[in-house]
Amino acid sequence: MTSVTPDSFSSAPPDVVALGPVPWAKKNLFSDWFNSLLTLVIAGIFSWGMIRLVSWALTTAQWEVIPNNFGLFMTGTFPINLYPRIWALLAIVCGLAGLSWGVLGRNLSTLFSRNVLIGFGVACAFMVLFPPTRPSSLILLPIVALVAGTAAAGRQIGRKFPGVGKWISLAWFLSYFVALWLIGGGLGLTKVSTNDWGGLLLTLFTAVSGIALCFPLGLLLALGRRSALPIVRGLSTLYIEIVRGVPLVAVLFMGQVMIPLFLPLGSRPDRILRAIIALALFSAAYLAENVRAGLQAVPRGQQEAAMSLGLNTPTTLGLIILPQALKIAIPAIVGQFISLFQDTTLLSIVGLAELLGIGKSILANPSYLGRYAEVYLFLAVIYWFFCYAMSLGSRKIEEKLNTDN
Amino acid sequence: MAHDSGGSSFELKAMLRDERFWKIAFQVITLIVVLALVSFFLSNLNRNLIQQGRAFSFSFLTNPAGFSIGESLIQYRPNDPYWRALIVGLGNTLSLVASGIALTTFLGVVAGVASFSKNWLVHKLSRIYVGLVRNIPLLLQLFFWYFAIYGALPQPENQIGVFGIAFLNNRGVYIPWASSAVLALLGIAATIGAVIAAFYLWQQRTKIRVETGTGGKTQTIGLAVLGLLWIAIIVFGMNWTIPAGVEGGGVEGGLRLSREFVASLTALVFYTSAFVAEIVRAGIQSVSKGQWEAARSLGLPAGSVMQLVVFPQALRVIIPPMNSEYMNLTKNTSLAFAVAFPEMYSVATTTYNQTGRPVEVFVVLMATYLSLCLLITLVMNQLNQNVQFKER
Repeated sequence: MTSVTPDSFSSAPPDVVALGPVPWAKKNLFSDWFNSLLTLVIAGIFSWGMIRLVSWALTTAQWEVIPNNFGLFMTGTFPINLYPRIWALLAIVCGLAGLSWGVLGRNLSTLFSRNVLIGFGVACAFMVLFPPTRPSSLILLPIVALVAGTAAAGRQIGRKFPGVGKWISLAWFLSYFVALWLIGGGLGLTKVSTNDWGGLLLTLFTAVSGIALCFPLGLLLALGRRSALPIVRGLSTLYIEIVRGVPLVAVLFMGQVMIPLFLPLGSRPDRILRAIIALALFSAAYLAENVRAGLQAVPRGQQEAAMSLGLNTPTTLGLIILPQALKIAIPAIVGQFISLFQDTTLLSIVGLAELLGIGKSILANPSYLGRYAEVYLFLAVIYWFFCYAMSLGSRKIEEKLNTDN
Repeated sequence: MAHDSGGSSFELKAMLRDERFWKIAFQVITLIVVLALVSFFLSNLNRNLIQQGRAFSFSFLTNPAGFSIGESLIQYRPNDPYWRALIVGLGNTLSLVASGIALTTFLGVVAGVASFSKNWLVHKLSRIYVGLVRNIPLLLQLFFWYFAIYGALPQPENQIGVFGIAFLNNRGVYIPWASSAVLALLGIAATIGAVIAAFYLWQQRTKIRVETGTGGKTQTIGLAVLGLLWIAIIVFGMNWTIPAGVEGGGVEGGLRLSREFVASLTALVFYTSAFVAEIVRAGIQSVSKGQWEAARSLGLPAGSVMQLVVFPQALRVIIPPMNSEYMNLTKNTSLAFAVAFPEMYSVATTTYNQTGRPVEVFVVLMATYLSLCLLITLVMNQLNQNVQFKER
């Protein structure tokens, strides 16, 4: 009763038949009467909506609210005569980004593939043609060149010194404090009150600070919840479950009103700092759950093997468990970072002038009354861009770290 | 003596090397640090509150609130006590949560299943929707719906009628509704009861059919009777009132859903559904390909494959993460306060502004949202047990 596989059965995948446009449409759009109806209805509604949107954008919409307030959108009420500091900050960040890109891509055959070159071209064309950025294109174009230059340099450096990665991490770490100095002033620079921090600058600053604070906190909470020590486990679980049951607005409200009450009389941290603390405390609980899922996915044998090699608990965690757990948890962790970035919009409710808050105050200006759709669409594009870039980055890291074939 | 001291230092060394000692010591230290921090914060709080002359107490809840609330499910007057105002807020939150969960489940499942459609346009549309909506903050979407979409609807004088039974204007949406609140509640209760009864009848019918290979006719008839009964109650028992446009603008009769409520509901449903769609998609993807192929080769049409074979198996993967999405939706209803919908958080902040009691108000808020989330978790756990894989 042995089963025989005839020779004509091949295990190779079937040939892919490239379809012309008409057979393709027949197969994918009009395969039966129901599909045809669906296609027609959806195409009809969709194109009607698109035509309405485009005709609105080209005729009714009054876009001058965007270029007239572009500085406000980007940096809030930051003093205009101190803009060079913001440009310097942008140059530092872009230079570091280029360098990291070059070092990470040192083993690629070409750094500037066709798609990357197209991307550069589109970015340059956008900066020159987009009315709000056109006045600053003389600064922006050299920054684009800086990215390309540092990327090429980073590739050479990375090839010569393969261990340069940790120095770049250190540079990123230090750049945070340089950014703080450039934005806030002090140490020889004119001080800028935190009331004048705003717009996209404040959004990015709070998001980066929140992410930097919530990651170690979330890691500790996750380890605490998985710990064999009952008191540590109980406290971590209590914290995580309580915070996850409360809305963020309530936590931010507590941050603004109650943090001063919890501290000794007279000490009142800056309200941006209070907001960042509340944001980080909130996100840490969610992040802890994502890391915990990663920890649970590491087979138990890994820990037992490490223990039987004589490693103690901290080294087991640091060298064996966490690297594997974090790799598994990357998509969820980046997802949490994206939602933290989106959650910064809630700071506008507690009175900070971040991107959405500045949008609200511009809309309150009588000369821009009723320009809701224009302003909110513009903000939506900015938020979408950053969130999409983050999820794209997470996918790239995932591919790079994927070791199983 | 020398021998004695040497022995004790040896014991000390042994103790320092003993992992059990460190485990206990670490826990004791953690507990002491946490307790010290908590008592430091609480003593500061106590001192600060006493200095402000507002020692911790909930007695303010019985004082008259003195503010009016735009919409309410129960009778409310401005000189009612604070606790009644908070109940009104809770009622508004609950109506947002209930309608939000129902609509999100529907839209999310449709969008998730649509991403497996053979129709290229449907598939793309689902992907674009998810990619677009998930990457834009909810608060921004809420403002967009409230100001740019519902705010751009015409004045009541030129309101839009939908087949003469519903009306849209920039004050809200008007839909047909039962003539009294009691009847509406009865209708909702009847619907929920019918769904539960139908679920059990269906389970029994499947069980009988699996065991005997035939039969289950009584249950089929029962289901049909149940359906007819429900339709009869909904159509004839509700005493529907249809909104009617009034000369010169405005609407009479029916139910007015305020612009704040509709905008919050739309934003919440569209945002949460994108996440639900991804969960549904992942769940369906987790069903092995062999199940599709086996069902197809038995001759089942594509729709039945999804409905009878794939989706029931996917439910096991889908339900646990759905719990956290429902909880997110519940917590996110607090954002409706940004467009002045008087839900729980909004009433609580007004209470805080008038009484200057942040701690008590925060405790009330926390307790409310925690118990709502707990309630959802309980229901979802029950549901999860029902769909678990039963090995035979």
